[in-house]
Amino acid sequence: MELLSGADMIARFLKDEGVEYIYGYPGGAALHIYDALFRQDDVKHILVRHEQAATHMADGYARASGKPGVVLVTSGPGATNAVTGIATAYMDSIPMVVLCGQVASHLIGEDAFQETDIVGVTRPIVKHSFSIRHPSDIPVVLKKAFYLASSGRPGPVVVDIPKDMTAPTERYEYVYPKKVRMRSYSPVTRGHAGQTRKAVDLLLKAKRPVIFAGGGIVTGKASEALTDLARRLNMPVTTSLMGLGGYPQGDAQSLGWLGMHGSYEANMAMHHADVILGVGVRFDDRVTNNVSRFCPTAKIIHIDIDPSSISKTVRADVPIVGAANHVLNDMLGLLSEREPEQHVSLDDWWSRINEWRSEREGKLYEPAGEGETLKPQQVVEAVHRATHGDAYVVTDVGQHQMFAGQYYKFNKPNRWVSSSGLGTMGFGLPAAMGIKLSYQDDDVVLFTGEGSFQMMMQELSTCKQFGIGVKIVNLNNQSLGMVRQWQDLNYKSRHAQSYMESLPDFEVLLSAYGFRAITVRTPEELEAALEETFADKHELVFLDVQVDPREHVYPMHVPLGSMRDMLLSKTERTS
Amino acid sequence: MRHIISILLENEPGALSRAVGLFSQRNFNIETLNVAPTDDATLSRLTVTTTGDERVIEQITKQLNKLIDVVKLVDLTEGAHIERELMLVKVKAHGAQRDEIKRTVDIFRAQIVDVTPSIYTVQITGDASKLDAFVQAMAPVGILEVARTGVSGVSRGDKVLNL
Ligand SMILES: Cc1ncc(C[n+]2csc(CCOP(=O)(O)OP(=O)(O)O)c2C)c(N)n1
Ligand SMILES: [Mg+2]
Repeated sequence: MELLSGADMIARFLKDEGVEYIYGYPGGAALHIYDALFRQDDVKHILVRHEQAATHMADGYARASGKPGVVLVTSGPGATNAVTGIATAYMDSIPMVVLCGQVASHLIGEDAFQETDIVGVTRPIVKHSFSIRHPSDIPVVLKKAFYLASSGRPGPVVVDIPKDMTAPTERYEYVYPKKVRMRSYSPVTRGHAGQTRKAVDLLLKAKRPVIFAGGGIVTGKASEALTDLARRLNMPVTTSLMGLGGYPQGDAQSLGWLGMHGSYEANMAMHHADVILGVGVRFDDRVTNNVSRFCPTAKIIHIDIDPSSISKTVRADVPIVGAANHVLNDMLGLLSEREPEQHVSLDDWWSRINEWRSEREGKLYEPAGEGETLKPQQVVEAVHRATHGDAYVVTDVGQHQMFAGQYYKFNKPNRWVSSSGLGTMGFGLPAAMGIKLSYQDDDVVLFTGEGSFQMMMQELSTCKQFGIGVKIVNLNNQSLGMVRQWQDLNYKSRHAQSYMESLPDFEVLLSAYGFRAITVRTPEELEAALEETFADKHELVFLDVQVDPREHVYPMHVPLGSMRDMLLSKTERTS
Repeated sequence: MRHIISILLENEPGALSRAVGLFSQRNFNIETLNVAPTDDATLSRLTVTTTGDERVIEQITKQLNKLIDVVKLVDLTEGAHIERELMLVKVKAHGAQRDEIKRTVDIFRAQIVDVTPSIYTVQITGDASKLDAFVQAMAPVGILEVARTGVSGVSRGDKVLNL
């Protein structure tokens, strides 16, 4: 029998759980835990420069690895600084465990120094939260936290730890709990057999089907099953932004992503579909546009592990609660029973889709020629070439995010890392760092904007301390581009507070941290700079790419319209 | 439509605020709310009356079920059920009015549980509409205070909500 203090139990538990890195920042209420971490070597602590960055690092790691990211912060301001990162993870269903120091139990409720009711503050943005009541509860509570964070529909879990729970003088028996059970929590996996059969029947009769896959494909590790099913049925596949890479974009059946800035062909196909198979999606407003005009002729099959996602915004005709992987495999099983498949020919449907594709071919944007100011889109395409389409691509939020999603083509899941649901500027740099630390031999590219980057640029110091070689591509349009685009479209170009005067000289800024920045203005300069950037996998390089500030992201949904109502450029819109 | 949803909730700190917070967070409405321990010390029972169309009620039950602290849930209004609420009402009771009030109390099968020279305190149980009717009947004599427990209920017959 082993007696450990609460603090030592935490350190030991993290080791036993197989956690390699935790990201955090110390303070009074967490100091016993920090001392315990100091006295061991198994779990490595990464000191950030702002607690929000710790949560985004954990988030980035979780999106790339599929495992929960772990954060440690102190009470009060430490915990409140983590709130944006917790909300970001919650909106995108990312597994995360956040350990928060708290004032000692006897002080709770007295407005003690650095006391914040963080369980209360985070209540609407966590999957669940715990407060430690006794040190001996620590192993089981932590196990529950990890289990909840990573099972079912994943999400962040907060564990509040009053300082007296980790006191070095109080020791209790420690046993690593291999398994925990919770009577009130048993996420479904298998879908309903009858419903699955109904779904297959409907798909086989469909004349204009579309498969619409989301983040659930990535978190649910269902890419392979999805790809098999799509090929088997010869059906077009579109994904949400969260689902990028869940179906290979190089594949002929891929329509790219859909929604507000999705591809023309994806949005057109959705609008005209007669059957939509939604898998691991939540039909959010950035996808559907006006729900009452959404896909008027479609019957909807909706597979999701979270029953509350089904029929929340769009009513499902065939709802199936279950894990994407299981249900898709069940569908494949049913299909093989039906050889030869009495499958309706999709030739007409494919020729319509191919017409939509060719309508926009070569018209997406006009790349800059020699000596001209770069277009952001072509920068993304050049980075795609330079990294052979095989980098982890992380973004911040804004136009650059949409361009990155549109022009970097993804063939693998877990490679696209972007704050989709909350749209958190500042997410990018720390998320990229979290990935690079655990995937040292891969290229991790951050597409950012000068606005977003400045929200978390203090983390360059963390990169310096831990030698984190992310590649940063700043699509510098000298403005809060996405805001400016909306102002161009909706406010007669009155650019209220969307212009970033007094930008730093990024070369000087980066050199202050001991890093290199290269300023790029033309296509020729870009090619040379990219070669330098990717020469050494371990060097942090910052490309300050001056791009055309007038560029807009298209297509763009017309507000309140249907899926097919889109602006296609500054001068064209769908009829 | 009005629905009565009964929930078995883990008797854990924070559980109640999660359940109640959900309603404001998701823009669902709460008309009455009633919470108390059960025969099982690890569980409390929460009953909420709410209104909404089918889609809203479906979301309410799904979102509640998703809370880790919610062990079981039933929408009592989906079947035959018994609904009860208790109310204490203080009314002005002077002179001739005292008999008049007494008669109304009898008609409603309520009880006078406290008396002063100028005030009656009446206890009444029933479904929400009976309590509403009593409040209306007492309005002319002058209501001083109303305390209602909120609706509680069970399904009729052998259907039970337990583990
Ligand atoms: C924390 C935060 N604040 C505000 C916004 C609103 N917002 C969305 S995009 C954007 C502009 C981003 O500018 P930049 O990072 O330079 O990217 P660009 O659009 O220019 O590519 C803003 C302010 C946000 N998403 N997140
Ligand atoms: Mg910008």
